[in-house]
Amino acid sequence: MTTQTVLAAAGQVSGGEEVTFWILAPLALIGAIGMVWARNAVHSALWLVLTMLCLGVFYVLQAGPFIGMVQIIVYTGAIMMLFLFVLMLVGRDASDSLIETLRGQRVAAVVLGVGFAGLVGSGLYRALEGVQAVGLDKPNAEGNVQGIARLLFTKYVFAFELTSALLITAAVGAMVLAHVERRKEDRMDQIATMKARFRPGNYPGPKPGPGVFATSSSVATPARLPDGRLSDRSIPEILPVRELTAEETSLKGTEK
Amino acid sequence: MNLYLAAQDPTLADFGKDPWWLVLIKIVFAFVFGLLATLLGVWFERRVVGYMQVRPGPNQVGPFGLLQTLADGLKMAFKEDILPRTADKVVYFFAPTISVICAVTALSVVPFGPKVSIFGHWTPLQVTDVSVAVLVLLACSSMGIYGIVLGGWASGSTYPLLGGLRSTAQMISYEVAMGLSIVAVFMTAGTMSTSGIVAAQAHGTQLNVLGADIQAPGWYAILLLPSFIIFFIATVGETNRAPFDLPEAESELVAGFMTEYSSLKFALFMLSEYVSMVTMSAVTTTLFLGGWRAPAPITTFWAGANSGWWPMLWFFGKVLILVFVFVWLRGTLPRLRYDQFMRFGWKVLLPINLIWILVLAGLRSIEDWQTKDRLVATGIGAGVLLLATLFWPSRKKEPKPSLQEQVNSRPHGSFPLPPMDLQVPPSPRTRRVVAEREPANVGSDSREV
Repeated sequence: MTTQTVLAAAGQVSGGEEVTFWILAPLALIGAIGMVWARNAVHSALWLVLTMLCLGVFYVLQAGPFIGMVQIIVYTGAIMMLFLFVLMLVGRDASDSLIETLRGQRVAAVVLGVGFAGLVGSGLYRALEGVQAVGLDKPNAEGNVQGIARLLFTKYVFAFELTSALLITAAVGAMVLAHVERRKEDRMDQIATMKARFRPGNYPGPKPGPGVFATSSSVATPARLPDGRLSDRSIPEILPVRELTAEETSLKGTEK
Repeated sequence: MNLYLAAQDPTLADFGKDPWWLVLIKIVFAFVFGLLATLLGVWFERRVVGYMQVRPGPNQVGPFGLLQTLADGLKMAFKEDILPRTADKVVYFFAPTISVICAVTALSVVPFGPKVSIFGHWTPLQVTDVSVAVLVLLACSSMGIYGIVLGGWASGSTYPLLGGLRSTAQMISYEVAMGLSIVAVFMTAGTMSTSGIVAAQAHGTQLNVLGADIQAPGWYAILLLPSFIIFFIATVGETNRAPFDLPEAESELVAGFMTEYSSLKFALFMLSEYVSMVTMSAVTTTLFLGGWRAPAPITTFWAGANSGWWPMLWFFGKVLILVFVFVWLRGTLPRLRYDQFMRFGWKVLLPINLIWILVLAGLRSIEDWQTKDRLVATGIGAGVLLLATLFWPSRKKEPKPSLQEQVNSRPHGSFPLPPMDLQVPPSPRTRRVVAEREPANVGSDSREV
């Protein structure tokens, strides 16, 4: 790390750095393309995780170990995890539909995207060609972390605090929007619950279990009441009532 | 001798200079340490829990049952590897691998000992160290969650998915508490490299309290006790160990995220759980318990306790004690309910941690002041704290005033009240009613209408 830091500061590229770059850069690109192309939302998120990990390593290579690790911990570890959390709640079979609603938008998007990437890439390349990185030694003199901390808490402290205020506002806003306030009167107390339980039309006891017979232990088999009728209350509402077939009710022939 | 003692403390500049074979040896050592720790850890846990539950535990395979885990591992390898029909095959395959890789990688920045001589090379007993080594540990533990979450999602059934979701929320919540408690260590040690933190705990700082020099203890577990406690609680949550093992709660979710896993993939999940338990113990040792340094009374009697290969003994001893605490917790505490668990993380650990960091930052910023100013500043802080405690609105309701108090508080000249304990004597004119009827005939229903 220290040798790499020194080399990067001097504007040279060490062999190790080059090898790492040429291994990870294609991976990062594959991740980005896969993220766009994956049908499944979770796969998409996973490709993005790959790209973010590669970016984190790039930061470390560029003599910014702190920002690299923060990239991995915060973005990959926490924010993408929250994304996954939501995606998993959506359901694993929710895939994008392939029906195009706007005609020709895919071609247009590809052309525009490639054009934009080309413009930005060539612009950056022309602007930065032959530029030597200078001055990394000075901010990193006391160590990368200390240098960042000094800048954050002196020169950019206002911007830093403003960002945190923005984030907190967003969090509080989300909480206010999502929070369902229940008034005290709306909440049923114990007495009201008990009265509702014994109100006519409601059977206060537990529901009977489904029929577990020698021939069937399915939850779809209703229990029998003492008079022989089937009890609807014994099976879940989403299950169809299933009566035992003649074959099931007949003797199995196991007895001699 | 003094020079020698000073030279054995590795600094950041000592890393990255090993020949390739030495690096290989160190990596293999860390890896084998992880595997062996799992083999012995499972056995250790089962034996200790057995002892706590007054039963022998595994004692048949090998001496003291030591080879039980090996036998179980072999058995697992030969079992059928079931791939559920609804599983997402690629993710299902990769999930346990991610878990194991992340758990083992964390061991690479853990310092096992000081600088020693290996085949003529003077090198620290640590695979590598970087200026942000503790962040590497955090990154490994946060990436390790992906294994659990993806394993739960890719299984394609309900219980694993619920386990995966629980684990996501759990890890994110407890990582915050964990990161905040490490902040206190960073502030005190002034570095993020693990070897630097171990070196910073070598000597206690001189504290000047009321004019008297006091040698504060070096271990951050004592110096930063709240951080230590919160960090250890958070590691239990982070490693999914009881009482925080909600992602694999047997009584609710069958086996949580690993319900559908079998054979070697299941073994990999088990491996990652135990490796991360050992890793977390090692990290706690490094950050709070002085790392590989001998505990206090030993160094007084034996000056060489911190040099050569001996420190590994202290290190493993401390790790073993922490692993025992993990097992102890499992044998003692029942599993928390999910909402209790979340409330504990966000409403107890987090606020305490924030306040503690605030106090610590305040103490550190007045360190350079004059003694008088310092006393005034601390006094103001303590006074504010006392007043806040005194006037904090109490949740207890005011007791209802007694009858006598209510009577006393009536304004002067009110209508006179009879005495409250007045016993009205029965009127002599009322006729005495005496029940004259047959005794109830219990058990006979012939008279029932």
